[in-house]
Amino acid sequence: MSFNFSAPATEDTEADSAPVVTIDKPEHVTKTERGEPVTFLEAIAEALFEEMVRDGHVFLLGEDIGVYGGAFKVTKGFIDHFGSERIIDTPISEAGFTGAAAGAAHMGLRPVVEMQFMDFISPAYDVITNYIATSLYRGSGPMPVVIRGPVGGGNRGGPFHSQNVEMAFFHTPGLKIVYPSTPYDAKGLLKAAIRDDDPVIFEEHKGLYRAPQLREVLPTEDYVVPLGKARQVREGSDITLVTYGMMVHRSVEAASTLQGEDGVSVEILDLRTLLPLDDEAIMDSVRRTGRLLVVHEDTRTGGIAGEIAMRVNEQAFEFLDAPILRVAAIDAPVPYAGTLEDYFLPQTHDVVTALRYLARY
Amino acid sequence: MNDPARADGPRLAADLGKSDLLELYEYMALARAAEDRLEIMLKQGHVKGGLYRSLGQEAVGVGSAFALDRRVDGTGDMIAQTVRTTGAIFLMGGTPLQYFRQYLARSTGPTRGREANVHWCDFRKGLLGPVSPLGTMTQVMAGITLVFKQTGQPRVGLAYAGDGQTSTGAWHEGLNFAAVRRCPFVAIVQSNKYAFSTPIRLQTRLASFTGKAAGYGIESRSVDGNDVLEVFEATRDAVARARDGGGVTLIEARTYRRLGHAQHDAQEYVPREEIEEWERKDPIGRFRERMVREGWALESELDALDVAARERCEKDAERAIQEPAPDAEEAVQRVYEGLITSVPWTRLPEPTPRGAAI
Ligand SMILES: Cc1ncc(C[n+]2csc(CCOP(=O)(O)OP(=O)(O)O)c2C)c(N)n1
Repeated sequence: MSFNFSAPATEDTEADSAPVVTIDKPEHVTKTERGEPVTFLEAIAEALFEEMVRDGHVFLLGEDIGVYGGAFKVTKGFIDHFGSERIIDTPISEAGFTGAAAGAAHMGLRPVVEMQFMDFISPAYDVITNYIATSLYRGSGPMPVVIRGPVGGGNRGGPFHSQNVEMAFFHTPGLKIVYPSTPYDAKGLLKAAIRDDDPVIFEEHKGLYRAPQLREVLPTEDYVVPLGKARQVREGSDITLVTYGMMVHRSVEAASTLQGEDGVSVEILDLRTLLPLDDEAIMDSVRRTGRLLVVHEDTRTGGIAGEIAMRVNEQAFEFLDAPILRVAAIDAPVPYAGTLEDYFLPQTHDVVTALRYLARY
Repeated sequence: MNDPARADGPRLAADLGKSDLLELYEYMALARAAEDRLEIMLKQGHVKGGLYRSLGQEAVGVGSAFALDRRVDGTGDMIAQTVRTTGAIFLMGGTPLQYFRQYLARSTGPTRGREANVHWCDFRKGLLGPVSPLGTMTQVMAGITLVFKQTGQPRVGLAYAGDGQTSTGAWHEGLNFAAVRRCPFVAIVQSNKYAFSTPIRLQTRLASFTGKAAGYGIESRSVDGNDVLEVFEATRDAVARARDGGGVTLIEARTYRRLGHAQHDAQEYVPREEIEEWERKDPIGRFRERMVREGWALESELDALDVAARERCEKDAERAIQEPAPDAEEAVQRVYEGLITSVPWTRLPEPTPRGAAI
C-alpha cells in the first residue's frame, strides 16, 4: 500500500479537543541522550517516543495512556508532545480499538496498541487472530500493528493482572511474538516491531519495568534488534538453557550457582522473539552441549518448551545426551496470596535442581 | 426490608420505617469503616496488591441492595458486586471479617488466598464472585436470571457496572441478551465521572447512560446516586417490575469516585475543587443530616452506629491479621474437580521429571 501521509491531521476531534502543543520531551525519554542509564520501562518509552518522532504514521491507542500516561506511566507526557490525535485515550473497548488499529493500518498508519494489562487482550482475541493475523494471506495487505502491554507474575496481582499471553497467540500463523528481558533489547526490539510490516504481540514483564539492577546506558544512536534472533546471554559447554523474559534473570543466577558449586558450564539463550523461533541458535547450541533445559514463567502444559523440544527432536536428536527438560509454572490460574504465587512461579532453586539433574544424567 | 418485625412503626420515607432507615445508615457506615480499616492495614503492610474504595459511593450499593429479597439460604435475589459496592456485599450477608480475610489473602478467607479484593462468591447469600475483565459479570448474570425466569423462581439479579464498563462489548452483549429474553435483571451503572483516569466524555457521546436503554428496548431511570433513598426507590421499582415479568431496567446512579482508581492513583487528573464539591455531597453526611432534621433519628443513635461499625471492623481486622496464609502447596489444588495439578518435579523429595505427569 502506498499512501503518502504526512503526520496525521491535527484538527480537534469532538471527543477530545485538547490542543496539540509541542512542549519539551518528557523527562523519562531523555536519559539516553543525556548519557544516563535507563530502566526497562524507560527504554520502552524511548522506543515509542523516538519512533513517533521519526515516523508521523506511528500513533498510540489505549486506556488511560493520555493525561494519565498509562497505568504504568510508560507514555507519561506524550499527549502534551504529540497531541490527542496521536495519543488516543480509548473507551474500555479492547476489541473495538484493536479492530480500529487494523483499519488504521490498512490506511497506511502504524498503530501501537497498549493493553492496560495483557490479561485484557482476551476481548480482542477475535480481531487479532481472525482479522489481523490473516490479513496478508487474505490479500488485504500487511498489518503493521504492534500490541504491547505488561505481563507476568510475582506482583501479587492475582489471576487477572499476572498472566503471560504468548501461548494464546503462538498457535496463530501470521503473528509475531516478542518478549524482551533487558532495556537494550526492549528498545531495539520495540523499534523493530514498529517498523515491521507484520503484526507483533509485544510482552513486557512488569517485574522488569523498574528493576534497578537492570538499568543500563544505551547507545545514543538509533538501533534496532532484529526480530527472530535469540541472544547468547552466557557461553557454556555442558548444558543449553533456553529461556526468555523474567526467567532469563533467574536462569543466570542458577547458572552462576552451577558454575560456582558444581563446576558445570551452562550456556543461556534468551529467545527474545518467540514467534518466529530462532531454530538455528537453539540447534547450534544443543549440538555443542548435548543437553537442553527450557525455562519459562508461563504455565507448563502447552508452554513453548513443548514446541522447542519437538523441534530439537526433529533437527538435533542424535546430538542429545539426555532428555530435554523444562521448568515452568504449575498448571493453575495465577494465585493472589504470596505463599501460593511463589509456589506457582518457577524459582531459581527449581532451575538449579533441573540443571543438576541434567548434568548428572 | 425482609424482616416483617422491622416493618413495624410508622412509614417515614420511601415507605420505610425507622429501623429500615437506621439499617441503611448502618450499612453505609459499615462500608466506610471497613474500607478505612483496610487503608490502615495497607499502610501497616498487611494488604498486598491493589486497594479499591467506594468512598463517596456508599449510597449506591446500600440503597440498591436494600431493595432486594436478601436471604442466606440460596433462594434470594443475587448481585454481581464490584469493588465500588462494599456496602451491598455486607447487606447481602458478606461480613467485614470475610472481606478482610480476602484482602489479606488468608487461608481462612472465602477463596483461601487464591483471589483478591471482592472477588469472592457465596451463592447462598446471593453474591456472584466477579472476575476483573469488565463486562463479564453482566453476561453471567443474564444467564442466572434466565434460569430464574425459566424455572419460575421469583428471583431477581442485579449487576453493577461503572461508566467505563458500559464501553465493553461484553456488557452490551450481556444486557442485550437479558433484554431480548426479558430476564428479571436490573443493571446499575455507577456513573462516577471517571473510569480510572478516563472522563465519561471519552467513553460515550451520551449525556446520561439512560440513553443506552432505548437501544435495548428496556426501561431506564437516572437517580442521584448520593441519595440513598432515591437509589432505594428506583431499585425497588425496577426489582418489582423484573419480578412481575416486566424485564430489564437500567438505572444510572450519578455519583463520584472521591479517591483514585486504587491507592496507587494520585488522581492528578482531577481538579481539587471537584473533589471538595463532592465531599460536601457525601452520601453518609447527607443522610445523617436529613435523618436528624426530619426527626427520623437522634444524632446520638447515629453516633452509636458509627462507633459500632468502627469497633467491629477494628476487631475483625485484628483477627484476620492473626490468621495464617494458605500453605504453598495448596496452589495445585482445585484447578480441577477431583484432579490434582502436578507438583513441579524439581520440588519432589527425589527430583525426577517422571514424577511430573498429571
Ligand atoms: C476488559 C478490561 N479492560 C481493562 C480493565 C482494567 N480496568 C480495571 S477497572 C478499569 C476502570 C473501570 O472504570 P469503571 O467501569 O467506570 O468503574 P469504576 O472503577 O469507575 O467504578 C479498567 C480500565 C479491565 N478490568 N477489564
